Amino acid sequence: MANKTDIWQGTLALMILKTIETLGPLHGYGIARRIEQTSGDRLSLNYGTLYPSLLKLEQEGSIVSEWGVSENNRKAKFYKLTRAGRKQLARETKEWDQTTAILAKFLTPTEDEA
Amino acid sequence: MRYLRAWLLRIKGLFLKDSRERDLAEEIESHLQMHIDDNIRAGMSPEEAKRVAVMKLGSVDATKEAYRDRSSIPLLESMVQDLRFTLRQLRKNPAFTVTSTVMVALGIGASVAIFAFVDAALIKPLPYQNPSHLIFVTETTPDIPRAALSYPDYLDWKSLNKTLASLDVYSQRGFVVSTSTGMERVLGARVSDGFFRTLGISPVIGRDFFAGEDLPEAPRTLILSYASWQKRFGGKQDMIGRPITLNETPYVVIGVLPQNFHFAPVENAEFWVTLHPAGSCDLRRSCHSLNGIARLKDRVSIDTALADLTRIAKDLENQYPDSNRNQGATVSPLSELIVGEVKPILLVLLGGAGLLLLIACVNVASLLLVRSETRRRELAVRRALGATTTRLIRQFVTEGLVIVVAGSAIGLVSSHWAMQILIRLIPSDMMGSMPYLDELGLNPRIVMFAGIVSLFAAVLFSLTPTLRLLSLELREGMAEGSRGSAGKVWRRVGSKLVVLELTTAMVLLVGAGLLGKSFYRLLQVGTGFEPEHLITMGVTAPRASYGEDEQALALGRQVVDRIKSLPGVTSVALTSTLPVTFNGNTQWIRFVGRDYSGEHNEVNQRNVTSDYFKALQAKLLRGRPILDSEDASKPGVVVINQTLATKYFPGEDPIGQRIGDTKLSPDSIKEIIGIVDDIREGPLDSEIWPAVYYAFNQAPDSDFAVVIRTAEAEQSVLPTLSGAIHDIDSRINVSNETTMTDRVNNSPTVYLRRSSTWLVAGFAGVALLLGVVGLYGVIAYSVSQRTREIGVRIALGAQRGTVYRLIMKEAGVLALAGILLGLGCSVLTASLMRKLLFGTPPWDVPTLASVAAVLVISALLASYLPARRAASVDPIQALRAE
Repeated sequence: MANKTDIWQGTLALMILKTIETLGPLHGYGIARRIEQTSGDRLSLNYGTLYPSLLKLEQEGSIVSEWGVSENNRKAKFYKLTRAGRKQLARETKEWDQTTAILAKFLTPTEDEA
Repeated sequence: MRYLRAWLLRIKGLFLKDSRERDLAEEIESHLQMHIDDNIRAGMSPEEAKRVAVMKLGSVDATKEAYRDRSSIPLLESMVQDLRFTLRQLRKNPAFTVTSTVMVALGIGASVAIFAFVDAALIKPLPYQNPSHLIFVTETTPDIPRAALSYPDYLDWKSLNKTLASLDVYSQRGFVVSTSTGMERVLGARVSDGFFRTLGISPVIGRDFFAGEDLPEAPRTLILSYASWQKRFGGKQDMIGRPITLNETPYVVIGVLPQNFHFAPVENAEFWVTLHPAGSCDLRRSCHSLNGIARLKDRVSIDTALADLTRIAKDLENQYPDSNRNQGATVSPLSELIVGEVKPILLVLLGGAGLLLLIACVNVASLLLVRSETRRRELAVRRALGATTTRLIRQFVTEGLVIVVAGSAIGLVSSHWAMQILIRLIPSDMMGSMPYLDELGLNPRIVMFAGIVSLFAAVLFSLTPTLRLLSLELREGMAEGSRGSAGKVWRRVGSKLVVLELTTAMVLLVGAGLLGKSFYRLLQVGTGFEPEHLITMGVTAPRASYGEDEQALALGRQVVDRIKSLPGVTSVALTSTLPVTFNGNTQWIRFVGRDYSGEHNEVNQRNVTSDYFKALQAKLLRGRPILDSEDASKPGVVVINQTLATKYFPGEDPIGQRIGDTKLSPDSIKEIIGIVDDIREGPLDSEIWPAVYYAFNQAPDSDFAVVIRTAEAEQSVLPTLSGAIHDIDSRINVSNETTMTDRVNNSPTVYLRRSSTWLVAGFAGVALLLGVVGLYGVIAYSVSQRTREIGVRIALGAQRGTVYRLIMKEAGVLALAGILLGLGCSVLTASLMRKLLFGTPPWDVPTLASVAAVLVISALLASYLPARRAASVDPIQALRAE
């Protein structure tokens, strides 16, 4: 259980960072919508779960937050990537690529196996 | 780094709870608004839009909770909650809070302050290299366990031993130096050349003594103590090579000792010079004036060294049967020489402080128990509302910790003050022999001790109510009317604690009682003279002008006449050594006309003037005193003390008999002309030795002590003395002008006993108070618990007297248990401190009986108030109250 949550949290954090990197400073709602859209609506999350992750990233210094005004003139808290966040994103993207590559090799049957 | 930062922010989050939660609420609000806007734009009705947005967000509470857990540290947060709750609780009950904190502070303050002394004296290593290898070495005789070494013996021991890496000697010596304020007497020491090398000490500036620098032909050199260098010479760097004149002899300064160096046996010696053996004593094998220190060779035990030195002493005895008869060897760790005297006292004080701490902790623990009892309902409610047992226990632990932390902090600060006060109470003469106390103060070891003690208290305070909580039947707590049998468990535990308190108080009271009685006995010891209205002082005249016998004799007479002429003085006399100083400065005597086989008849030797016994008001039992006219031109005369008469002249009349030295050399032969009742020459707790009082005028000296009998107040005479002596010659040094009573009261024996008696009595008083308060608490609580029962009894016709008896009996049983247990423990403890008792056995019945009586009376008083309350219970009120 705990492990699964950790993995999920880790992936969620990666998705959040990537989203902010792509779209620039963004509020929580925007990030949540973007993640759903990007996944082609295959990923459906309770938007509320996003906020603890955002807090964790902020505490770790990957992002900073600031109150601002949304495109529709609503007061909203905007999250912005820091330099440390960019580095973290780059590193975790690389790690993720490696992991998936290994797993892909692992899960795809090869010719040697016979 | 990232994680560290996150944790720091989380800790910060602990304190920013409110603003953070507001922030999150706003963020979620804005989130919902944006989502609703979008939904409306997508064509939903406002209600539908809102419903979908809220649903999509998920549980706001879960989010908030997750957010909250994330934003600070949940465990810490609930601890902070516990802490706030505890502080609120404690504020609501100031009497309990103050009482328990003060008790903890008292216990910790007292034990830490005493521990600081123990640490400075017994735990902190001596400031020498590898101090465990250092030993104290001297000769021993059948009468004197630690007799000094003679110089020739020292040389033989040094060259013949196989177990010592080095052996050196020292002796204390007073010097007279000329200062801007006149002639001043300053403490110093004579040492052999390797003394500092044996201790492993090197001077901070300059050099140590060279090997051979202690021989007669070597130039006279001197090493300064650090304090002396600072005080007398302003710490000047160019001191090395400068001349200083001591006792009219020029010395050259060659070094300064380190600041932390001390050597208690010579007190605060300022000037360290080498032996330069010369004169009648140093070169004589029978003149014992030196003490040895030695460093053991590696892997050599003290016993091996003792055997080695004993063998040498035996050989010397065979070789020099005349001077070395019965001269053995003795060795002991150097630390024993330095702190041996105060060690048992400090340990007793530490024990006393420890018991006080115990009683204070037990008292607080039982207070906590009462509290947990009165909070049963609250606890039951809290548990029913979902508080886990762990959480409830944590509440108790927090409470215990808060009390301990507050109490320890106050205790630690007050212990610092207590140390300062205690050290200031030590007379400066005494401080001289305890230089290791100079650096007394809080240090890491002491703080650690305080920490361990606090931990012990914290565990006790958390454990007591916790155990109680675990044994608590919850349903009972909810259902019951909070009275009746509820207090049973507490009464059982609480009453045991009270018995423990009373036992401890008894032990302390008995300890104080025995010490007090010993002290009283000590002061009752006959000194053989009248110490009231008696002044003593030391006089040292320069040898250049008063070294010759006629000069010294004339000076002695002048001093006596000059002081006798002062108003208020009735008689004046001189002596070589003041009474109540020490047994020592001895002489071996032999009786004319008796067989002699070389045995050493060791006697105290004192040279006194004609009015000596008159001034002291000592009782001349027989014969006549020495006359002023009896100088070197007249036949030699002596007065002996009663002990000598009984020991050497049983059934014989000593008057008219003659004594001499071991060789009966013509000059030494004196006639016994009188017998004086024993005068205590040594400390009050020492034995009386045989003593011979020689005529000062037949062997005058320029260095002597003066005893002055005054008609009334000594204080009016004291300030005039120094001037009177300086009228004779301003170069004469006058020292230690004081009254005999002060001298006796400030002597180490009396001082150590007095201070330890007062301290232990103080501990015992506080312990008694705490024990009685504890007993009162138990009985009062028990009465409050039994109000209904008592009401019923009275309603059914019980007499008030019966109720009184009922309650008093409860207290009586506890007190009796405490006293009986205390009796046993007291006798055990007292046997442990037997060394400190004087003329009082550890099982001293009057002391035990009076302490028991004090406890019984206190217990009766403590239970009387609750008993009266019980007896005055109004049955109607009591029954209605439920």
